[in-house]
Amino acid sequence: MMDDLRELYQEVILDHSKRPRNFRHPADANHEAHGYNPLCGDTVNVYLKMGHNGLIEDAAFEGKGCAISLASASMMTEIIKGKTESEAREIFDGFQKLVKGEENEFDAGEDTERLMMLAGVKEFPMRVKCATLAWHAMSSAMDDKPEISTE
Amino acid sequence: MNDMTTYDVEKIRRDFPIFSREVHGKPLAFMDSGASAQKPQVVIDTMEKAYLETYANVHRGVHYLSQVSTELYEGAREIVSAHLNAASIEEVIFTKNATESINLVAYSYGWANLKPGDEILLSTLEHHSNIVPWQLIAEKTGAVVKAVPIDEHGEFMLDAYYGMLGPKTKIVAVTHISNAIGTITPVREIIDAAHDAGAVVLIDGSQAAPHMKIDVQSLGADFYVFTGHKVFGPTGIGVLYGKAELLDKMPPFLAGGDMIERVTFEKTTFAKGHAKFEAGTPPIVQAIGLGAAIDYVNNIGFDRIGAHEQMLLAYATEQLKQINSLRIIGQAKHKAAIISFTLDGVHPHDIGTIVDRGGVAIRVGHHCAQPLMDHFDVAATARASFALYNNRADVDALVAAVRSVQEIFG
Repeated sequence: MMDDLRELYQEVILDHSKRPRNFRHPADANHEAHGYNPLCGDTVNVYLKMGHNGLIEDAAFEGKGCAISLASASMMTEIIKGKTESEAREIFDGFQKLVKGEENEFDAGEDTERLMMLAGVKEFPMRVKCATLAWHAMSSAMDDKPEISTE
Repeated sequence: MNDMTTYDVEKIRRDFPIFSREVHGKPLAFMDSGASAQKPQVVIDTMEKAYLETYANVHRGVHYLSQVSTELYEGAREIVSAHLNAASIEEVIFTKNATESINLVAYSYGWANLKPGDEILLSTLEHHSNIVPWQLIAEKTGAVVKAVPIDEHGEFMLDAYYGMLGPKTKIVAVTHISNAIGTITPVREIIDAAHDAGAVVLIDGSQAAPHMKIDVQSLGADFYVFTGHKVFGPTGIGVLYGKAELLDKMPPFLAGGDMIERVTFEKTTFAKGHAKFEAGTPPIVQAIGLGAAIDYVNNIGFDRIGAHEQMLLAYATEQLKQINSLRIIGQAKHKAAIISFTLDGVHPHDIGTIVDRGGVAIRVGHHCAQPLMDHFDVAATARASFALYNNRADVDALVAAVRSVQEIFG
């Protein structure tokens, strides 16, 4: 099997896609957005509970998608919980550059290692949108724009 | 019919230069011809020659090259007309693609003839290009779009269709072969019943043209559309066949040069026949390339192509069925060589990415047929679509690649 496929479909990614974390709709979520990729029909709903000073107290999602999009959404909810809005946006910015292959010295502090698991996507340009769909939805949820599309 | 042993698929593959290349270090196993087919050398050469030696605009000049170019362009129309067994070359209109052909009929015939409450019957099998134009025309005219259902195998339900036909039915627009699952629809029965109800019928032959001989007079189709690039021709050229008595009464779709008889600022009169629907400089070299493609397939012969593809379909179906957790979507009795499938627990996009690394090119997604995906309760499928140049080694590569998907996903 090709190495870049193993790199893309690492155990951690497959584990997150088969058993996504925070796969739920919290009743007390106060921000949410629906993400849609018209190319493949994948959908994701991202739910955030945002407290004072932009603190993300809870992050969750529901949706249908490929292993990459589910794993990315699952890892995202784990990472952004407990962060502030501006911290989450900064991580998204760096992550987007990482999966597009525009960033060689990716640094997201304690989350660097985890997000690097998805760096294999950069070898598969057709799949970048899968990896970023939930992140775009998170960003829209924080903006209070309830619908986003990758196109 | 010729004996199968006379079908030399390896010789045919050598007609297609693309098969000499590798993808990701593996021989190319191309099973995405349903999206767009590869091109034989003769089509490439014919188009190159047209640009190098005979190129000029058509229908305009009296100079030598304009005359030669016009003869080649109109020659392509004659090839298409003979291939479809149209009653006259005036019934063959060149468009950009099948989508434009359908839009032409919807906007010209549909807009002029539909009234509030009239019904347009489609089927659940349709490609979005045979749904959306009708929805837009329905909005403008007050007509209603209805879909004839399919059963659990993906068969067009004739009985339901007969029940839906009535005096309100004005247009029936149905695919000849489903792009997503390969079902061959009973077009003759569909057309006959529509005519009994007083409706006109458009058949979307985009997927049929590469696989079977089409005889529009024998079918009785009022409109028949297909696209050039799926039948081994270039992109940018499509065909609309329409019965002369309908075309004569239809208003133009696009307006401009070449489709007029006489223009003054007070009033314009339009050209007759196919010219009325070919405004502006047409896709000249693309049409010439399509003519070469149709000659190419007819030289091989659709009897032999059909038999070879059915052999591949049977072989691929049998091989794929051996794979645990693989589900074939669409098991109609009469199918073209198109197999849609899903794997339990694996999204089709992951299948597509992994098999691609094995040199296997298949389509994954909703195939621009979301109502059909909804019918089978899937968001997407993986689809292998075969053409005259595929061989058993392609099927073996597909099966091995799908097994590697299972290895990765455990």
